[in-house]
Amino acid sequence: MLSVRNLSKKWAEFSLKNINLDVKDMEYFAVLGPTGAGKTLLLELIAGFHRPDKGEIWMDGQALTDLPPEKRAVGFVYQDYSLFPHLTVEENVGFGLRLRKISKSEARKKMQQTMHALNISGLAKRYPKTLSGGEQQKTALARALVLEPSVLLLDEPLSAVDARARERLREELKNIHNKFGTTTIHVTHDHEEAILLGDRIGVMNDGRIIQVGDPDEIFRKPKSEFIANFVGVENIFRGKSKVKGGIAKIDIGKGVEIEAVGEKGGEVKACIRPEEIIVSKRPVKSSGRNMLRGPISEISDRGPTVRLRVDAGREFTVVITKKSFTDMRLKIGSKVYLAFKASSVHVI
Amino acid sequence: MRIGKTTILFAVLGALILAIIIIPIANIFIEQFAFDLGGFFSAIIDSAVLGAVGLSCFAAFLAVLVTSVFGVPLSYLLARKEFRGKGFIGGIVDLPMSIPHVAAGIMLLTVFGRHGLIGGPVSPFLRFEGALPGIVVAMLFVSAPFLINSAREGFQSVDPRLEKVARSLGATEWGAFWRVAFPLALPQILSGAIMSWARAISEFAAVIMLVGFFPMIAPGMIWDKFYSEGLYAGMRVAVVLLVITLAAFVGLKSLMGRMYAER
Repeated sequence: MLSVRNLSKKWAEFSLKNINLDVKDMEYFAVLGPTGAGKTLLLELIAGFHRPDKGEIWMDGQALTDLPPEKRAVGFVYQDYSLFPHLTVEENVGFGLRLRKISKSEARKKMQQTMHALNISGLAKRYPKTLSGGEQQKTALARALVLEPSVLLLDEPLSAVDARARERLREELKNIHNKFGTTTIHVTHDHEEAILLGDRIGVMNDGRIIQVGDPDEIFRKPKSEFIANFVGVENIFRGKSKVKGGIAKIDIGKGVEIEAVGEKGGEVKACIRPEEIIVSKRPVKSSGRNMLRGPISEISDRGPTVRLRVDAGREFTVVITKKSFTDMRLKIGSKVYLAFKASSVHVI
Repeated sequence: MRIGKTTILFAVLGALILAIIIIPIANIFIEQFAFDLGGFFSAIIDSAVLGAVGLSCFAAFLAVLVTSVFGVPLSYLLARKEFRGKGFIGGIVDLPMSIPHVAAGIMLLTVFGRHGLIGGPVSPFLRFEGALPGIVVAMLFVSAPFLINSAREGFQSVDPRLEKVARSLGATEWGAFWRVAFPLALPQILSGAIMSWARAISEFAAVIMLVGFFPMIAPGMIWDKFYSEGLYAGMRVAVVLLVITLAAFVGLKSLMGRMYAER
């Protein structure tokens, strides 16, 4: 297990403030945060590229804090993959093996096995500049994984490729993790990437980890308005809550009241994810306790989905499939019903 | 796209500065090969001329070698590390380029001369005046900035994250330098070495001030022939030196181009 204890560091315009983190063996841990949150600095501290001002890093009971990078058994992949441009693919993959005290034949065997597992054996003699983004990513992963690191650190590994390739490479990353089982920390600013890949997610902002949880917890129960915003909760309303029998009735202004499951009273923020809201032209017969009505004020086509803004006293954002949108023949001004369960309302 | 007026203006201005470089070089070759071809061939087989040119080339090579051993590590520090006085040290590196070379010769004489700060104490076993070490020191003084600055630019162009990744793969700080930063900066280090070598060969004043006329280097022989035998005698040696240095310059540059073309 990797443990980070009270880690602090000031570095150029970034700073980390008292970071505490435990990453379990074989876990895929995503660190999610905006640019400038200090995500890369956290990885570089774990890798030993900088010394922390304060705090400790432990790996399986061994203190790493004072060890130089070469003694930490940590694999690192930067967002542009940082392949050595003067070396071929096989020389890149074999770079670390040549520095180990193992026989040439064993090194070659390990290299071939890893390149085969990542399906890059055919690229062995090519130089990095002739590779596609995906091939570069796999080469960088092979270079790190061939050394069987205790932890693999991935710094925004999908941000350098286009949207189509990103989807495919996400799958590849998941498969590679399943195949090798290496404990992985993956930093990203993309909440979709974090939810799809992470066994757990740590949300970072302004040099602090502000929430750690499984993807469902982070996305459905964000601890703060910042996290809610960052993970795509587009309906956040301030209101006054009155609790009765485990149900909170929240007055969100302009005569709109919604119900939520919970015991939180007083000044609250009610968060509803856009995909949790059902849209219909007729009243919805469902177990949902909230039903609102209003005209569509804005439509944005997002390919397979359509995002609607509905003025139900307060403006709500909802996301429906393109098929539902076409079937209902919706247009600006169409009056629709919005239905959502009390349990879909997260109260902060 | 249409060529704009600014581009034309810049091309004309650029052509004028190129003309100032090209015309004297072309002129000396035309004068030599059109009007005194026999003189060129007699100079190229003259052992004194070849000896002076060879000494210049060899001493310049030694100067570049010494600069490489001591200057490349300095370049790396200047490119990679932040420390107090870094700007000042960068200025010191550039200083020889702004000092008149006669003045440089006098300064070197006060340090490496027979009664100089260093030359005095080491004189029983190492002599700079009238000897090869003096030529090398004078050449090194005037040519080192070319190599150091070029190597520094080379290291600056290497992404520091490559060295970090190398460290994570098991390389020590030296290993990351030797296996990653150095080979990637090598084209610019070699380019700087060639420029430095060419500059060292052409040095006259500083060498003459510290070493004297003997052992005779090529620029010294050009001066000597010009004063004792006239313009054409000086020109013959100058053309031999130009042909050899240009051939070496072009040859090394094209070799480098081929070495790094594949990557």
